[in-house]
Amino acid sequence: MTSAHSGANSLGSSGGRMAAGATPRAESATGSTTSVAPVSPIDEIPLEELSLEEAVQRVEELEHEGRPPVAGTLSNVLTALAVVALGIGTLIGSAELGVGTASKPGSGTWPLIVSVVTILLGVGLLFLARRTHDGERFARASLLVLVGLATMVVFVVLLPIIGFEIPAALLCFVWLRFLGREGWRLSALLSVALVAAFYLIFVGALSVPIPHLF
Amino acid sequence: MDFAPVLHGFSVVVEPTNLLYCLIGVVIGMLVGVLPGLGPAATIAILLPITFGIEPVTAIIMLAGIFYGAQYGGTITSVLLRLPGEASSVVTVFDGFALARQGKAGTALGIAAIGSFIGGTVSIVALTLVAPFVAGFALDFGPPEYTALALLGILLVATVGGGSRTKAVVAACIGLLLATVGRDTFTGAERFTFHNLNLGDGLDFVPIAMGLFGLGEILYNLEERHNAVKAPSTVANVWPSRADLRQSSGAIGRGSVLGFLLGILPGGGATIASLVAYAVEKRRAKNPERFGKGAVEGVAAPETANNAAATSSFIPLLTLGIPANATMAVIYGALLIQGVSVGPRLVTDEPDLFWGVVNSMYIGNILLLIMSIPLVGLFVKILRVRPAILAPITVLITLIGVYTVNNSVFDIGLVIVFGAVGYLMKKLGFEPGPLVLAFVLGSLLEDSLRRSLLIFDGDPTGFLSRPISGTLLLIFLLVILLPIITPTLARRRAPRRETTPSATKELV
Repeated sequence: MTSAHSGANSLGSSGGRMAAGATPRAESATGSTTSVAPVSPIDEIPLEELSLEEAVQRVEELEHEGRPPVAGTLSNVLTALAVVALGIGTLIGSAELGVGTASKPGSGTWPLIVSVVTILLGVGLLFLARRTHDGERFARASLLVLVGLATMVVFVVLLPIIGFEIPAALLCFVWLRFLGREGWRLSALLSVALVAAFYLIFVGALSVPIPHLF
Repeated sequence: MDFAPVLHGFSVVVEPTNLLYCLIGVVIGMLVGVLPGLGPAATIAILLPITFGIEPVTAIIMLAGIFYGAQYGGTITSVLLRLPGEASSVVTVFDGFALARQGKAGTALGIAAIGSFIGGTVSIVALTLVAPFVAGFALDFGPPEYTALALLGILLVATVGGGSRTKAVVAACIGLLLATVGRDTFTGAERFTFHNLNLGDGLDFVPIAMGLFGLGEILYNLEERHNAVKAPSTVANVWPSRADLRQSSGAIGRGSVLGFLLGILPGGGATIASLVAYAVEKRRAKNPERFGKGAVEGVAAPETANNAAATSSFIPLLTLGIPANATMAVIYGALLIQGVSVGPRLVTDEPDLFWGVVNSMYIGNILLLIMSIPLVGLFVKILRVRPAILAPITVLITLIGVYTVNNSVFDIGLVIVFGAVGYLMKKLGFEPGPLVLAFVLGSLLEDSLRRSLLIFDGDPTGFLSRPISGTLLLIFLLVILLPIITPTLARRRAPRRETTPSATKELV
């Protein structure tokens, strides 16, 4: 796990450790997500050689401990293209609003300026794509995020129809049991207890007009 | 300087409600600091809905308490588990954990708490003296000055933080674009609303902040593999010895000054202050090799500095109306929601609010000192709560909380959308902080730019002919150009060496 990250992060201060253009893609996608407890980068270098730059670098490494590996160049290119596309979209939108002139700025003037800057930055990202190492790869763990988002979408869709209690309990249960790997019994009990608590606070004490079943 | 409003501020603080909310704020802050995962910006964002029902001064006292309370709490996990609860406590890990391994965890925590207290208090006193002066200076700022100031503020926050500079500026641009959604205040034209009535009045700050900081961070943390950590059940001997105190007194003094100064700068703030203070102590030390092996100064300096910086970063917000970092941007949003106009007039127009919030920090720091020395064991126990259990609770608080603001299901949808955006941004290396900051400053920036252009009759060189806006724009250009020029020069000087594209350089 740490091999990819320390490689990417060390680029910052101890230049030359990585050959130009080499992306830290050396390791396989699955190897890192299943590997055992990470070796901490803090133990690798003797601490007396710590300069501020290295300290900063270690700070970043510590923050990235336990994270999926760095994204590859393709992902960086796609990100850059998405930024450019966003810029072009808002550029067209601003042009339709009326560009105006410098002495008489219109509704579209300001968004137009910002769109142009966005497009330029997106192009810049495109050029830097091979040297960018701050994105993360989408690993199997990213599916957990999709599940998490799905529970929220279900919550907001069901809320106006059947009230918040059942969707909230469902959300809690999925997060505890499947995303958090808690036990069945604890998940079920805690979900019910939490929803009861939310009911007492929001409906009982604060009388928030949130749709509720009971 | 007139001290009557300062003293009156104390009478605001000692009102029972304000005292209570100050206590609630620092306790939440301490908890947030202890629990890895959510940072202070996320917590403040999630708690925005509950500030609606209370007085502005009370609300801000609580939110401020969360912010500086988190600086205290972050130390505990850094020292005991080598898991920084807060970004600003990361350097504390080096010496704090080394001390803990030598069985001196109590000393490290005690020194950190005392340092934080002194740093915070020094910073409040300095803030009391400096803030009215800065606000007075800014009173005759016109639209051109505000344009330049907002531009510079956004750029500094985007470039000084960690991560990719280009991506941070992209995030800021997206924030500026999101701020244009809704009716144009000058012409009344609908912009980027896609004929959705809910967007007519523009995007609300609350769902954006709650989504990007709150849900985004929770979703991002889902992917993290949590190593089972064993929290020590008790911490003994929290009172540092006289020798330890003597040894770290210099570090605490320097940390206070450094932290105060770095906290004022936009984009500065607690994290950088802690790094610089640590580096300064190491450079000054007679035998720097002690650092990283359990030097007390290595804990005292960064912990003092981060707290001093947390306090002084209120200065640009409360005197100029320009938030200096992501957390301040959320507090700025809270003030706007409360209908408080933030700017140089705040000190004179709303003395109760200004001095109430500033003086509440004295009380807050005393409360935190009590919580982090005699009561530290209590907070260590909280480490046993598993993140898996906290996550769904936070999600539900966010979803139901955002509903309570406008009683609108649309807002829940919005917060989920921004949660997904926040996750994707963090995943792809874009910091959400600059986006939120640019969003809150967006309409101010556009307004002042358009007003300035009207004043100058369309001549953009007008900005340069006014001394303050000219200077600010000059700095703006320097900040953009320097990182482009310096690596090129460095490459010419040392052609064989790789250049350093990462953002770590400018942290120094």
